[in-house]
Amino acid sequence: MKLLQLPPGELRRQLADQGIWLRTGPFSLRVRSRLEAVAEGLGELYGQFEVRNPHETFADFHVAVDPHIRLGRWLRPEVRFSFDGVEPFSPLPRDQAYPMLEWGLNWCVSEHAHQYLMIHAAVVEKNGRAVILPAPSGCGKSTLVAGLVLSGWRLLADELTLIDRKTGRIHALPRPICLKNESIALIRAFSPDAFFNRASCDTAKGTVAYLRPPKESVRRQHEPAPPGWIIFPKWVADEEPELLPRSKQQTLQFLSQNAFNYRQLGAEGFRVCTGLIKQSDCYDFQYSRLEQAVAVFEGLAASANTDKRGN
Amino acid sequence: MRAPAELVSYVYRNPGAIHQFSMGDWDRLVRQARQSGLLARLHFQLLNHGLVATIPADARWHFESATVLADRQQGEMRRELRQLRTRLAGLDLPLVVLKGAAYVAADLPAARGRGHDDVDLLVPSECLGEVEATLEQADWQAVDLSDYDQRYYRRWMHAASPLRHLRRAMMINVHHAILPDTTRFSPDAAKLHRRATELPGFSGMAVLATEDLILHAVTLLFHDDGLTHGLCELSDLDLLLRQAETEAGFWTRLLVRAEEMDLSRPLFYALRYARHFLGTSVPEEVRDRLAIAAPGRATLSLMDGIYTRTLAPGHHSSADALTRLARQAAYLRAHWLRRPPRLLVPHLFHKAFISAYPRDAKPA
Repeated sequence: MKLLQLPPGELRRQLADQGIWLRTGPFSLRVRSRLEAVAEGLGELYGQFEVRNPHETFADFHVAVDPHIRLGRWLRPEVRFSFDGVEPFSPLPRDQAYPMLEWGLNWCVSEHAHQYLMIHAAVVEKNGRAVILPAPSGCGKSTLVAGLVLSGWRLLADELTLIDRKTGRIHALPRPICLKNESIALIRAFSPDAFFNRASCDTAKGTVAYLRPPKESVRRQHEPAPPGWIIFPKWVADEEPELLPRSKQQTLQFLSQNAFNYRQLGAEGFRVCTGLIKQSDCYDFQYSRLEQAVAVFEGLAASANTDKRGN
Repeated sequence: MRAPAELVSYVYRNPGAIHQFSMGDWDRLVRQARQSGLLARLHFQLLNHGLVATIPADARWHFESATVLADRQQGEMRRELRQLRTRLAGLDLPLVVLKGAAYVAADLPAARGRGHDDVDLLVPSECLGEVEATLEQADWQAVDLSDYDQRYYRRWMHAASPLRHLRRAMMINVHHAILPDTTRFSPDAAKLHRRATELPGFSGMAVLATEDLILHAVTLLFHDDGLTHGLCELSDLDLLLRQAETEAGFWTRLLVRAEEMDLSRPLFYALRYARHFLGTSVPEEVRDRLAIAAPGRATLSLMDGIYTRTLAPGHHSSADALTRLARQAAYLRAHWLRRPPRLLVPHLFHKAFISAYPRDAKPA
């Protein structure tokens, strides 16, 4: 059953009571919250995801977002995120309840899912090959990802690239895409049909809003994809889009520093990383206009398709 | 038989019970084991019993991931120990490795399925300053403590303030005694050094003699370590005992040494709760001999009420109405054991009202 099939009252009742059971990619969640912002966010963004009977007994991550009660804080209400009773973060202003859930879920995965090599990167797929987009925040990574998935690319993940340590394939975790500040208006202009939830202001990252993942990406969330490219996007003002080959050595070094668990996996981390690099073409990519960037990526995907047929 | 509320020690005692587990039981087991730091150890035990294939795939990755982390931490610990040994070799002083680091360095069964993020070293008290200075010259730096904590460490605790290498995560605690000077039981450190045995893989470093190692693990249960990871500390003790009892005359040596160090009462409690939770086998004769160290009946039932709750996994699914109170009592008792009241009262006041507030972790 999909979350959107639950009547809004039932969603809220389950959330407030034993928690709602939800599957995102390889992980099952039980989310508990009495906050309207959380119910609203989940209802608007996770409609296509699988939910089960509230009596479903096993979940990977039991999380909650609750009001944080503290003396002297009644003027500025706060919320806290907890993972099975553990609170990894300081409380945040109440307006950030929904982003806090998303950040908390990222934390749960990145701290525990060592069956994958986890890279801090977005990943999208077309014609059977995935593009990994690792980039420090502020480079326009999520904007580009939003542009691509709104142009028919499949979203595998916006923040966490999960690489299966045994097969080297990338597993999908197509949760909502987090857009910041000017990117929100830019994507609205790019695709008037794009759905965003209500923005939260004044977060550590500025104003953030979440873009609903495409239905097709969620439907195919259990389908892994082989890596094809690793591309480092960078937004620059008034330039033509340009793909520049990047050294594999340098890319390996970057990935090893930006994987959440490279150090934890030891020699295995190195093996998975080198396997990934071997299968991927590596580029730096600069762009100014999203339409042009998407066109370049379409070209890449088409060339891969011809290669495949040529073989 | 229906599974009890607390599943970690139940599975530890009866690994075969998992054949009957429902997915609801697995959910509770994973959560309780994670909270008590025993996911990797249970994984190891289930591997040993050839039962890993019985764990449903949905639950299995949680155990495997915990093992990845534990293995990694052990590797880092061995590396850190080698670095420390190299740096401290010039000082030519007796260097004893304690607690988790000792289990790893000596490759004891108590090291299996558990990672540690700190290394504890014991050095003679007159060398403490020299060791600290040498490490600070070699890129280990004092971890940022509040001024109050730093003063407190120096003045009253049995250790220099914790150190950490600039580029590594492992925390180093250099002790000059296994318990604070202020403590009510205070084993003679010089004697610990004399009885310590050289570590085969780490020449220049030593571990405590078996009985001392075990008695140290006993004291940890009732001090800080036991408060947060009670069941994990208890299972370390269980594994140490299971190995030690294969040595002839072990139990007698343990009892004699406990008496010498004035630790018979804590040993009595530790064996009692190890039996209660983990089914540790303690010969009847040993229990009889320890009976004289037992407290009166009223005290004992109070202690049972406190420690059967405090040592259980800190997860709400294994708690009852009195768990919170029991934890507070154990916390007070841990502080009572290590500080005379003239220190205890101001210290708890400071912890409760002055240093309780700042918390700065930022969301990712």
